[in-house]
Amino acid sequence: MQRRPQRVLAASAAALTAVTLAACASSDRDSGEGGEGGEAQSGGTLVFGAAGDPAMLDPAFGSDGETFRVARQIHEGLLGNELGGTEPVPELAEDYEVSEDGLEYTFNLRQGVTFHDGTDFNAEAVCFNFDRWYNFEGLATSPSASYYYQAVFGGFASTPDTPSIYESCEATDESTAVIRLTQVTSKFPSALALPAFSIQSPEALQQYDADNLSGSEDALSYSEYALEHPTGTGPFRFESWDRGNGEVTLVRNEDYWGDAPLLDEIIFRTIPDGNTRRQELQSGAIDGYDFVAPADYQSLEDDGFQVLVRDPFNILYLGFNGGNVPGTQANPALQNPQVRQAIAHAIDRETIVNSLLPEGAEAATQFMPPTVDGWADDVTTYDYDPDRARQLLQEAGAEGTTLRFYYPTEVSRPYLPDPAAMFQVISQNLTDAGFTIEPVALPWNPDYLNAVQAGQADIHLLGWTGDYNDAYNFIGTFFAEASNGQASAEFGAFSNPEIFAALAEADAEPDASARTEQYQEANRLIMDYLPGVPISHSPPALVVADNVEGLEPSPLTAEVFSTVSITD
Amino acid sequence: MLRFVVRRLLQLIPILLGLSVLLFAWLRALPGGPAQAALGERATPEAIARYNELFGLDQPLYVQYLRFLGRAVQLDFGNSARTGRPVTEEFLERMPGTIELTLFAMVFAIGVGIPLGYLAARRHGSWLDSTSVVGSLLGVATPVFFLAYLLRLLFAVELGWLPGSGRQEVRIDATRITNFYVLDGLLTREWDAAWDAFLHLVLPGIALGTIPLAIIVRITRASVLDVVNEDYVRTANAKGLATATVRRRHVIRNALLPVSTTIGLQTGLLLSGAVLTETVFAFGGVGSAIFDAIFARDFAVLQGFILMLAVVYVLVNLLVDISYGLLDPRVRVR
Amino acid sequence: MSAVGDVRRRRIDELAARAGQVPEGEGGVSLTRSAFRRLRRNPVAILGAVIVVVFLVVAAFAPLLAPRDPLAQTLLSEIRPGFIPGSQPGFPLGVDELGRDLLSRLIVGSRQSLLIGVVSTLLGVVVGMALGVLAGAFGGWVDTVVMRFVDIILSIPSLLMAISISVLLGQNQWSLMIAIAVTQVPVFARLLRGSMLAQRGSDYVLAAQALGIRRRRIVFGHVLPNSLSPVIVQATLSLATAIIEAAALSFLGLGDPDLARPEWGAMLSNAQDFLSVRPELAIYPAVCIIVVALGFTLLGEALREALDPKFRR
Repeated sequence: MQRRPQRVLAASAAALTAVTLAACASSDRDSGEGGEGGEAQSGGTLVFGAAGDPAMLDPAFGSDGETFRVARQIHEGLLGNELGGTEPVPELAEDYEVSEDGLEYTFNLRQGVTFHDGTDFNAEAVCFNFDRWYNFEGLATSPSASYYYQAVFGGFASTPDTPSIYESCEATDESTAVIRLTQVTSKFPSALALPAFSIQSPEALQQYDADNLSGSEDALSYSEYALEHPTGTGPFRFESWDRGNGEVTLVRNEDYWGDAPLLDEIIFRTIPDGNTRRQELQSGAIDGYDFVAPADYQSLEDDGFQVLVRDPFNILYLGFNGGNVPGTQANPALQNPQVRQAIAHAIDRETIVNSLLPEGAEAATQFMPPTVDGWADDVTTYDYDPDRARQLLQEAGAEGTTLRFYYPTEVSRPYLPDPAAMFQVISQNLTDAGFTIEPVALPWNPDYLNAVQAGQADIHLLGWTGDYNDAYNFIGTFFAEASNGQASAEFGAFSNPEIFAALAEADAEPDASARTEQYQEANRLIMDYLPGVPISHSPPALVVADNVEGLEPSPLTAEVFSTVSITD
Repeated sequence: MLRFVVRRLLQLIPILLGLSVLLFAWLRALPGGPAQAALGERATPEAIARYNELFGLDQPLYVQYLRFLGRAVQLDFGNSARTGRPVTEEFLERMPGTIELTLFAMVFAIGVGIPLGYLAARRHGSWLDSTSVVGSLLGVATPVFFLAYLLRLLFAVELGWLPGSGRQEVRIDATRITNFYVLDGLLTREWDAAWDAFLHLVLPGIALGTIPLAIIVRITRASVLDVVNEDYVRTANAKGLATATVRRRHVIRNALLPVSTTIGLQTGLLLSGAVLTETVFAFGGVGSAIFDAIFARDFAVLQGFILMLAVVYVLVNLLVDISYGLLDPRVRVR
Repeated sequence: MSAVGDVRRRRIDELAARAGQVPEGEGGVSLTRSAFRRLRRNPVAILGAVIVVVFLVVAAFAPLLAPRDPLAQTLLSEIRPGFIPGSQPGFPLGVDELGRDLLSRLIVGSRQSLLIGVVSTLLGVVVGMALGVLAGAFGGWVDTVVMRFVDIILSIPSLLMAISISVLLGQNQWSLMIAIAVTQVPVFARLLRGSMLAQRGSDYVLAAQALGIRRRRIVFGHVLPNSLSPVIVQATLSLATAIIEAAALSFLGLGDPDLARPEWGAMLSNAQDFLSVRPELAIYPAVCIIVVALGFTLLGEALREALDPKFRR
């Protein structure tokens, strides 16, 4: 089983080359300007406008982008993300080997790394973190607390009903950690690049009682650790969090193991309203922000700001309710494949991509972007054809079918910049094809997500940004068999054994090229069955002022600010 | 005077009790009841049962109410669903900002409104008069959030004169003592921080103060016009008193009575306006917290904040009543 | 008396007492007629009335007046992020962010704004009046209970009240109207009660009582009709408030979820996202709201002056 480490090492070599090249490029540019010295200027404070407050700063309990945005600066995992790409690359591990059977991973750790509290990063610390996750109890085991751990490892020591695929972690010496799994999965080790699997200081975790969650599942109160003392190895240290004003302040980690970060300080300031973020950038109160409205790309560039467009690594889809969620009234019309096909043919994806989404957006043919291994170029496609849609609907005897169409409010997602506009266009398309639409608008979190999960919608808008380059992270998240024998409720809880089997098989396939083929097959099956309509892949953008340099947009929205500098 | 105040304070009790009943009923009436409100729609029946038991929701209603009341009296409204922090703690942290903002808005409205209304009345029929009348009508008719956007677009973005969001420039490292930022700056002698915090009040304060300003201009103008025609003013004039004396002693003083009533009224309305203004200006006060809580369906915060704001509102009105008593001897006699 | 909103209450009561003063007539001319005469002579009233009438006509005949289907996304394919076509032949005010004719949307939107204004004000008036009559006619403990209740509602700032109601009732256009109506109830209740109380001791009521006329008849036949004028004034002013408040609730995301129904408040708050691309999208609905609110305010103020005996000297 030599293929895996080679791949990662190759990727890391590529990344190194990229870094070197970037360094050359930047020094060229600087010397071109003359006088200012050969390298990017160090020092200064960067104020970055975030769309929401982090939930807390212990990434093990995080699942949302705003939490991870801050956590990525403070914490690091065994693996990280390739700069500006989607491949996992070594971070706190220098490399790793995997056993023949694909169950034992030996990580060779970076040496001389210390946590922000001065304690050493070593194999003991790695195992402490793995054991910590595995031994979560009580509220910490609820999906709202440890979503990613459960998505990758399954259950916990305390939940024998849902076993974990984690078996053990052993520190064989100071800088070697051996992790054993109970079954092969394509998610491991790529998933270790997720912020949720950051290695944090064991001493700080214990001292500030990190696992002490209180409250209730949907109103978690976090520990002192998560709110006041997050301690990792990353380029920036946590300084303070002013909750009243939504400001998280981080300062440079002087003892960082890698290239010293350039900024003295980063302040993440929460400005929920997109319009306010733009105006604050224009007035100079902040130096950059995320989730630029597509309407503003051009005008911001005209004003001299740098709009950094990420490669699209997401999917927006129209989800259906397959009707198997207990306790909900499903729309029987959606059980009919012809009705589902009618919906797919009714939607004018070209116009949506051209008129509503930023330049660079693409219409989707399947539930993952083309850059992910496993994307198939020969899936069944459903072109915009309102006549065909009407005809299919007629054949199904379902003209005038009423669909409860749920859409979120008060939110802008990387794949869905303006939900209300998207809703109105699709709604009009469906009406034109002969459906009757009953609109339901709910605030994104928690109402909308809850309602969709609970199967209240007939059709709904939802999407996903990939966590790392892996097909299962897309279609497995959506369509794999959940514990109750159905697909996840967000996907209308349909039961299609063929798709379930194809996904499970691919996930357990250790050989990469065989796996890719299996995922392609799964995609074909999915697009034949049509459990929802994939709509688009959209490139989200960040914007920074013209005096900010070195911010590399990441398709995963996983920007790390260590290479960023700011001039006066 | 003391008896007057004490009596008024005692009269607060039934109002607050009534309010607590209303808010209790409100939380009970939410779709799915408090358990679902707290746990979300995905909650399993077991989880709901557990929650009900934990919070005594399986008890008879009056027992639940008394418990709720008991906790409310101790200012315990539970934890925010969004941040997991005690509701009261968040309120106390954010209230100073709202008070600062409201004060600024009120001072702006009074400071500009009374002189403007007085001048308009003195030059009755002049262009100043008509402009102030039209202006004040427009002020009331413009949606607050739209005005806020316009102000920010003009003064923060286009002209760059004033900060357009927040309570303090984040790059200023200010010491916090009371959470009244201007005051903090003065107390710690961080003059730049105090000045910066003050500048941050200007745009939201003006947006918030526009409606009261418009109303105060109108009322001042009307009551000055009224008073000028009163017999005692005519008498005073006839007696040969200096115009300035007549104005100071008789016109202004008497004209201010209805104005002070209006000021009291408007202070309460400002708390409503603060939700909109603070949201537009990303101003970390109570209003923007309520806005966030609406979307996060953070019922604990909504309930606690609304009850506590209502108490503030009632107390402000009490203060106004007392000051009214000081201004107008007739009120005290009752 | 309690301390809550004492000042606010006193102001409402003052208004009520003034308007409730028994009409003496002017040389035999009825109150209504003399009021109307004064109105006609007041240019402000005329301006207000013209605005209101135009608004009502546009709202009533909106489907006929609108040149296009306000929902048809006609020019959608010409829209690009950051570009919305402006005024052009067939689209005098240009189109919105989904390629729909802005003029038609404004015209049809007047209906929804009118509906929200009228329904919520009516609801507020009816419930408020019922409470006021109850308190004013019976007095005693009924009065105390009703007025305490009204005081409690008054003690919650109005927008917070509206928010609580919207959250409770879920997001639809009716809950929006109810939310606005609830904030109006206490005003009308106090107003009516005050003006009825003011008449209680008046000569004609005493005379009627002496004649042995039943209380119900006195209340409904004499006192109530005489107390209506401040209610009419306040209702006119409340219409303006309701339209503005609807815009505010839309902005807070508590508006009508059916985006297919054009409504000025929703159009205005939605257009904030396109301020940099095409500010007209915000300016037009804002102007509509301001002008209509202004119209109702002018008319209401003029009515108040016309009906107020104090101005009749």
